[in-house]
Amino acid sequence: MPQVPEISMALLPFINNYTHLQCKMRFLLLFSRQGKLRLQKWFTPIPEREKKKITRDMTTMVLARKPRSCNFLHWKDLKIVYKRYASLYFCCGLDAEENELLALEMLHRYVELLDKYFGNVCELDIIFNFEKAYFILDEFLLGGEVQETSKLVVARSVEASDMLQETMEEYMSKPAF
Amino acid sequence: MSPSVRLQEMIRVIRGARTQGEERGVIQRECAAIRAQFRQADNGTRSHNLAKLLYVHMLGYPAHFGQMECVRLIASPRYNEKRVGYLGAMMLLDEKQDASLLITNSIKNDLSHSSQYVQSLALCTLACMGSAEMCRDLAPEIDRLLRASNSYIKKKAALCAVHMVRKVPELGELFTPAARSLLSEKNHGVLHGAVVLITELCERNPDTLEQFRKAVPELVLMMKGLVMSGYSPEHNVAGISDPFLQVRILRLLRILGRNNDTASDAMNDLLAQVATNTDSSKTAGSAVLYETVLTVMDIKSESGLRVLAVNILGRFLLNNDRNIRYISMTSLQKIVQTDHNAVQRHRGTIVDCLKDQDASVKRRALELSLALVSAVNIRSLMKELLLFLSSCPPELRAHTTSGIFNAAERYAPSQRWHIDTILHVLTTAGGDVRDETVPNLIQLITTATELHCYTVHKLYRALITDISVQSLVQVACWCIGEYGDLLLRGECEETEPVQVTEDDVLDALETVLQSHMSSPATRGFALTATMKLSTRITHNVDRIRSIVSIYGSCIDVELQQRAVEYNALFKKYDHMRAAVLERMPVIDKSSPGHTNGESAGGTIKELEPTKLTQEIVFPQEPSNQVCDLLDLLGGSGEPFQPSPSLSSTAPGPASSTAGGDLLDLLGGLDVTPAPPSVTVYEKNGVTLKLQTDTQTDTGMTVTLTATNSTDGDITGLTLQAAVPKSVQLQMKAPSGDVIPAHGLGQVTQTVLLNNPNKVSLKIRVRVCYTSQSSVCQDTVQIDSFPSTAW
Repeated sequence: MPQVPEISMALLPFINNYTHLQCKMRFLLLFSRQGKLRLQKWFTPIPEREKKKITRDMTTMVLARKPRSCNFLHWKDLKIVYKRYASLYFCCGLDAEENELLALEMLHRYVELLDKYFGNVCELDIIFNFEKAYFILDEFLLGGEVQETSKLVVARSVEASDMLQETMEEYMSKPAF
Repeated sequence: MSPSVRLQEMIRVIRGARTQGEERGVIQRECAAIRAQFRQADNGTRSHNLAKLLYVHMLGYPAHFGQMECVRLIASPRYNEKRVGYLGAMMLLDEKQDASLLITNSIKNDLSHSSQYVQSLALCTLACMGSAEMCRDLAPEIDRLLRASNSYIKKKAALCAVHMVRKVPELGELFTPAARSLLSEKNHGVLHGAVVLITELCERNPDTLEQFRKAVPELVLMMKGLVMSGYSPEHNVAGISDPFLQVRILRLLRILGRNNDTASDAMNDLLAQVATNTDSSKTAGSAVLYETVLTVMDIKSESGLRVLAVNILGRFLLNNDRNIRYISMTSLQKIVQTDHNAVQRHRGTIVDCLKDQDASVKRRALELSLALVSAVNIRSLMKELLLFLSSCPPELRAHTTSGIFNAAERYAPSQRWHIDTILHVLTTAGGDVRDETVPNLIQLITTATELHCYTVHKLYRALITDISVQSLVQVACWCIGEYGDLLLRGECEETEPVQVTEDDVLDALETVLQSHMSSPATRGFALTATMKLSTRITHNVDRIRSIVSIYGSCIDVELQQRAVEYNALFKKYDHMRAAVLERMPVIDKSSPGHTNGESAGGTIKELEPTKLTQEIVFPQEPSNQVCDLLDLLGGSGEPFQPSPSLSSTAPGPASSTAGGDLLDLLGGLDVTPAPPSVTVYEKNGVTLKLQTDTQTDTGMTVTLTATNSTDGDITGLTLQAAVPKSVQLQMKAPSGDVIPAHGLGQVTQTVLLNNPNKVSLKIRVRVCYTSQSSVCQDTVQIDSFPSTAW
């Protein structure tokens, strides 16, 4: 048996209850090499406690992988696809039917989008501007599926939303706090 | 100073905390401030406070008090507040929370907002955490948006519809018409959404599936366009035009072509084209090829196309990219049963992957190699598997050993090869084998009668090298105990014979007995083996006697019991010892006891000649005597319950047979005060009578009475009994072992029988006695009992 952390039995009913959703992607997590969570997107409703457990399991499992390992893991009935970019691990949990190679491409696309937006993105960008990272993600994926396959269109949409927000902020901002 | 700086400032302070405690302190202060701010009237900082709270939430701290703030912010007319509010809703609210219902109205309003970015927020949140109720409520809105809006909204509405169909399948009917018309859009985002939606609809509703089969030609054209089109900078990934869309189209085609010849035909050419024209040097191309292969294998494709697909997988096996090798093997695993020959062609590459550095790849390669074993390739493939076993990661060892055993069992070209293979595995990985390996191997060894000498030599050599692997040691002890005489003979055809003395062999067994490494079970094996050698060696029987008597006071209860019994076998029952410790007959694999009750095929062998086996208990004072009745049945080749060590009181495992109604009949009869007795044996003046008495409908008491009409006393009378396997037998102590002469007295012995399966009851009795200084021994079989009408 591979040395993967066993999901607690208490978790199983929660996960199984939501398989009727047949959501292709269940979650997307970003975490650092020390296991600190930088972004979490859940595409199925799971109790808070369980989210924490899954996150712990993912970080433990992925951080234990050797450098030149393959990027795919099996965990319960899910496929886990992960890739390390500098100091951040991008990790997603997929249904067993999913195309893992495409998932790798999807993770890469997200990194490219972040890079385009922040200019040579690094972990600190994502820490200090986490809400931006989410906004970008929400223009790329929707309900766990890819919503836009053009990098350009995603970038433009995020830009336009930002402009809308800035206008508002300028209007609303007060001198000092 | 812009309020957002305060968020970043807070993050900086939190990160600056040197200990967990310090961090908690900072966060508690911030949360208190945030809570206070939430309670205040609107002052333009609400969105930033919520953002701060969301950051704190991501660190793992509770943030439920922000839920209502999310609701409020979503309802705000300001975009920046809505944006953060919706983000907070997606992070803090799910359908389980009551607060989530409160945002339904806001979402509904925002879906019709004049700004598409506000609409987008609503759609995104709905698709992320919309409950079934919300979905039902807002489905008509989504349908409207699917039909009449710009591409930006249409693509989001399509995926929102996907979520709704997943939550409330009946909504599929509502979205089907709109989905169909979306296929004619040009925008890739919308097309992608449309294809995902149609896939979802078709997976859930067979009628819809039927309907969309008509769209196959359209989809084929779409796909062709993507594959053959020139470079399109907007959608290009490593030379592939929009791989995301291509893969989704392929998947939809798969669903439409499954189990349908017409649809499969219509896509045949396209699939061949994609398979040949797609460049797989990068992941994007490989992803498309992979999906193509999956589609080809799943629909009713031509055989040529299938071969093409398997060859693609074969090429993947040689790819430098580990991920692609892994994918290839998972796919090959899925088709190894159906397209066995095609996969066999790539066996060499698969076996090479056993040497890959990556544990996941190794595991896949192992699964596939085991699936590819056949009678033709067993020898070469087993060499590779054994090589793999010697260096495989610990988590795979158990699986590897059991896979090797299964393969060896099915395809062993010869018994010697089979035994050698198992021994090799035990030497390499004996700690990772299943428990039934030991009895299985023993059974195999007994069957290979010509190889007994060879086997015992090999095992002896293994034993004197290393006694740490328990399974190997157990088998070795058993063999030496059983075939020790062959070892001592000093000649062997198949292998170099050893020149050992009896002391050497006994030394080896004693080392096992005394070693800390030996488990209690192993020591049991060793002790029994030592005992068995007492009939196979000539000079050192006293040494064995002393070993046995030493262990009579061993702390381990099992060993003590055995030693005491063997001791008794030396003393009081010495006349039986040779018979008891005789060479065992070949073990029949299908006998239930052998497979620990797993085999359903173990039926009791019926009738002529009757094969009866049972282990007998002679309850007598403190210690129990054990006598193996096998020799009673005479000859080898008869099935019996194998026991690597002789053990006491083992009732036969129940197995179903066509039972007679003997005991039912008996049960139906009234128990008469003096049940009739029948004479079952009469010879040399000794008469043995049997009478039966039933107590329950499965239990019966049999009383044997022996009388003596000769002039001299009969001494040393012993009675032994054997019954069919499923019947349980218990013999009570006899009243004595001397039958007075001239019929002046008798010896009685009671036998309790339990026949739960109500099989046809037969009993075989062996009578043994000394009359006029000569020992007599006879066996009788009783097939019918006095009380029956037959």
